[in-house]
Amino acid sequence: MKQKEGVIKPKTKRAKRFLDNRAPKLTENVKNAMIMKGGNTSMTVTQALKDIYALKKPSAVLYKKKNITRPFEDSSSLEFFSKKTDSSLFLFGSHNKKRPNNLIFGRLFDFHVLDMIELGIEKYNSLSAIKNSKCPEGTKPMLVFAGEAFDHDDDHKRLKSLLTDFFRGPVVPSVRLAGLEHVLHFTALEGKIYMRSYSQNSLGFSRSLLKKSGCRTPRIELEEIGPSFDFVLRRTHLASDDLYKTAHRQPKALKPKKKKNISHDTFGTKFGRLHMQKQDLAKLQTRKMKGLRKRRGPAAAAEGETSSKTAKVEVE
Amino acid sequence: MAACSIEDLLAKAEQDEAEKLKSITVQKELDLEFDIGNLVAYDKNRIDIRQFREQKKEDFLRSLARDNTQLLVNEIWKHPTERVEEVIVVKLPEPTTPLPREKPPPKPRPPTKWEEFAKLKGIQKKKKTNLVWDDVAKNELHRLRNIARAQKIKVPGVGLTPTAQQSKTDLARAVNVAKSSTASAGKFQDRLPKEKAPRNTGKKRKFQPVIGNFSNEKQRQLDLLKVLDSKKPRLDVNKAVNKQMREDDREESAAKFKKGGKKGRKGGNFSGKGKGGGGKGKGRAGGKGQGPPSGKKGAGKPGKR
Repeated sequence: MKQKEGVIKPKTKRAKRFLDNRAPKLTENVKNAMIMKGGNTSMTVTQALKDIYALKKPSAVLYKKKNITRPFEDSSSLEFFSKKTDSSLFLFGSHNKKRPNNLIFGRLFDFHVLDMIELGIEKYNSLSAIKNSKCPEGTKPMLVFAGEAFDHDDDHKRLKSLLTDFFRGPVVPSVRLAGLEHVLHFTALEGKIYMRSYSQNSLGFSRSLLKKSGCRTPRIELEEIGPSFDFVLRRTHLASDDLYKTAHRQPKALKPKKKKNISHDTFGTKFGRLHMQKQDLAKLQTRKMKGLRKRRGPAAAAEGETSSKTAKVEVE
Repeated sequence: MAACSIEDLLAKAEQDEAEKLKSITVQKELDLEFDIGNLVAYDKNRIDIRQFREQKKEDFLRSLARDNTQLLVNEIWKHPTERVEEVIVVKLPEPTTPLPREKPPPKPRPPTKWEEFAKLKGIQKKKKTNLVWDDVAKNELHRLRNIARAQKIKVPGVGLTPTAQQSKTDLARAVNVAKSSTASAGKFQDRLPKEKAPRNTGKKRKFQPVIGNFSNEKQRQLDLLKVLDSKKPRLDVNKAVNKQMREDDREESAAKFKKGGKKGRKGGNFSGKGKGGGGKGKGRAGGKGQGPPSGKKGAGKPGKR
């Protein structure tokens, strides 16, 4: 609840910078995630939380202690934690008899819960179980969502948006081609969601780099590295439509300024309009052809005509 | 023979190209949707459940992932690339999927007191023109000051020292000063045909003629006596004390400045003005302080007569 003008006024420049970083901005920071455990957790859940923390480093915080709260009933402690660490994503893991190996993915807007989706882990392979070379921490992953359910079912659509938000990392203007290693693949099939994490270290990559062309698209070969989950969709708490809409409202300043007077036709040609004043067509500056000039006198006129005709022919 | 071999080579090259293309093309029923800004691909094709069950799960998922990733990478490669410090980098477009913000958009901060006042008064922000310090003029001024210090004379004040941009008033003042710097104080200097007489010249104090308006003089003397008689002090003690304090402060700072070392300010009229002003003020205050007692004495004398 630190407000810059209000409760706490910053006394040093460093404090002011810190508060400005957390204040609402036009282009926002990377979303931080807080990963926490519930009252009772199993080995699977703790290991799963650690693995997802590894995927989401450095923009994530992993809490070691257990928090005896139930997000679906009371979200006040979640909101408190999010204010403390300036996080807008959370992952809550718990385990009980009714809901074994439970993970709740959620996001907040303005430090209030926006969406929460509960996924149950049915099968899980941890990072350490899969013995392969891993890709470095902090690489921006490529995300792929496969399956019709992600398009037809509302819950799955929200889940798709939430997972994109969770795993996409910082928004960057350009990406190193060699750094496109990590792929997270989500498949929705028969009510279950399969999450797999692959690394692509194709040989074609290095060859194309050596050629410096960058145009020869390499052939992808995938190796499974990361944690693999088989999720089942349990409860959801989705935001109401108007809250969802408010959360999406972008400030006007971010809208790209439309340049006036530029239009494109179907072929992609750029058109612009020139606005001229009214011209006196009698006094237009055109090319002068001496032969076409008016001569004085009727005889001269006739001569002129004939000569003009000849002149025309010559021109042609 | 050569022709055949060339044809063969061409055919081989075509085959190679086709193979390469084959390796990166993927057949799908529906095209994938891409959001390259976020490096995301959405595959909406139906997944064959039977195939999924027949094959091993992992292999099926892996081949599906490979196909989708290939298509995504093909799409990324279509975007423009550039070379930044020995690294090839692809320029990503803006992300297209709408994702909710973290916090609401920032509210415009309330206008400050000055901004409100300016709006009320209709004051607009004026951009100051960039006045650049002219090195030539500065050198000239310093040179003259050094000469003055060396020869222990004063640097001429009023617009005679060169400055970069001299305004009309500066030049006029300089002309007037130059004109009046003659033996007869400029009385016999001719003016140019269209030159106007200088304003603000002449006597700074007007004295009444010695023998003139008798009634006026009488009135003035009686008024003076009335003032002297009144018990009210003509001196505003507060004002006088404040003025005195100010003069003291000024003298202190001038003394400190002098102590700090000669920094070329002696040449200017600065200190001269300060001293003169201080002296005048002191004299006045002193005179006023002694006013009533001396006045009373004076009042006594005419009364006796």
